[in-house]
Amino acid sequence: MTAPIETDVVIVGAGPVGLFAVFELGLLDLKAHVIDILDRPGGQCTELYPEKPIYDIPGFPIVTGQGLVENLMEQIKPFHPTFHLSQQVESLTRLDDGRVQLTTDAEQAFIAKVVVIAAGGGSFQPKRPPVPGIEAYEGTSVFYAVRKMEAFRGEEIVIVGGGDSALDWTLNLQPIAKRVTLIHRRDDFRAAPHSVEQMRKLVAEGAMDLVIGQVTGLEGADGKLSAATVKLSDNSLTTIPATRLLPFFGLTMKLGPIANWGLNLHENLVPVDTEKFETSEAGIFAIGDINWYPGKLKLILSGFHEGALMAQAAKRIVAPGERIIFQYTTSSTNLQKKLGVV
Amino acid sequence: MPKITYIAFDGTPYEVEAPLGSTVMENAVKHMVPGIEAECGGACACATCHVYVDDAWTAVTGSPEPMEEDMLDFAYDVRPTSRLSCQLKVKPEYDGLVVRIPERQA
Repeated sequence: MTAPIETDVVIVGAGPVGLFAVFELGLLDLKAHVIDILDRPGGQCTELYPEKPIYDIPGFPIVTGQGLVENLMEQIKPFHPTFHLSQQVESLTRLDDGRVQLTTDAEQAFIAKVVVIAAGGGSFQPKRPPVPGIEAYEGTSVFYAVRKMEAFRGEEIVIVGGGDSALDWTLNLQPIAKRVTLIHRRDDFRAAPHSVEQMRKLVAEGAMDLVIGQVTGLEGADGKLSAATVKLSDNSLTTIPATRLLPFFGLTMKLGPIANWGLNLHENLVPVDTEKFETSEAGIFAIGDINWYPGKLKLILSGFHEGALMAQAAKRIVAPGERIIFQYTTSSTNLQKKLGVV
Repeated sequence: MPKITYIAFDGTPYEVEAPLGSTVMENAVKHMVPGIEAECGGACACATCHVYVDDAWTAVTGSPEPMEEDMLDFAYDVRPTSRLSCQLKVKPEYDGLVVRIPERQA
């Protein structure tokens, strides 16, 4: 494990609300590190609806999810946030000096005076396909990502799905597998046409199999998979030898490790006060869709407001005793200097 | 106003009045029909408002657009009559529509 990163603020979640928090904290000279499980900033906006219009962002009659995130990234540029992507915060503990230590699954530790949970609907995680008993094989025969290709050498690999992940891994693993079978519910693929073409060529050459159907059952014992049962489009069943199963069914949101951080929870949300948006733990704030308070609305604009008030409270923790002067970006040369516009 | 009947997985029917232009998903959520999650709020981005259109009604509801078809890949036990209910906009012809809720959303 590398040395912990010491910082004023760690923001958990790089969705629109987490990103705007960087801005509000930055105006108060607080430096933020931002952690997200996805490989790019934007959260639900870029993951679920990048091309969909949003109509209720003040001042933007219409903006797409992607457009909003791009604007926010531009807006927070002067504050140089450091992003730590493709990693999930696993643990959060209070140190003796009152600061908080966070550790991610990439074995990166942070020590922060303030933690801002802006985790939206929770972390995006691979969707588990609804195949009875699949849990028993997870981590031994069933994987939702390929970490080490060697673990798949010489195996009978069944890949399920029709998107880029499914097709890419079909093509990458085919040369080292004993046999690769791609299963998709229809003979039409979302993946890049070039990958689909390559896959069809391998099928035509007899180098791999394509089965149109849905996996309904698994066979095996003691975590060792031996075969998958597939329902074909004519409703008949077939069995395909399988020692490895890679299902790619997209992502879903789960609260994840936040549940174990010792915070009070209210129906999987984090209760906060409406003055500072602080949780039951001092110095740990929650803003955006993840928090709860009477009257809460899960709107991006509410999350922006919450971030502004949270920043004031965060400043008091990081710089106790320092007077906070309320200023407008329109007129304050001090703020404009921070924004790099004067 | 068109009437839509949702049949829950346990067989319980829920008959609701659905305003023109609203979606079949929105009416299920509004009337708390069990089994429709609509995690993404109707953006055709999650496949958790999956329903089976009754065989007698598939001609009226038509077939899914490519984007919906792509999203159906993520649903559980997809059948030829599968639709995402957020993509079914209520029209006058929908009066009497029957949809069934699957055992589970993905």
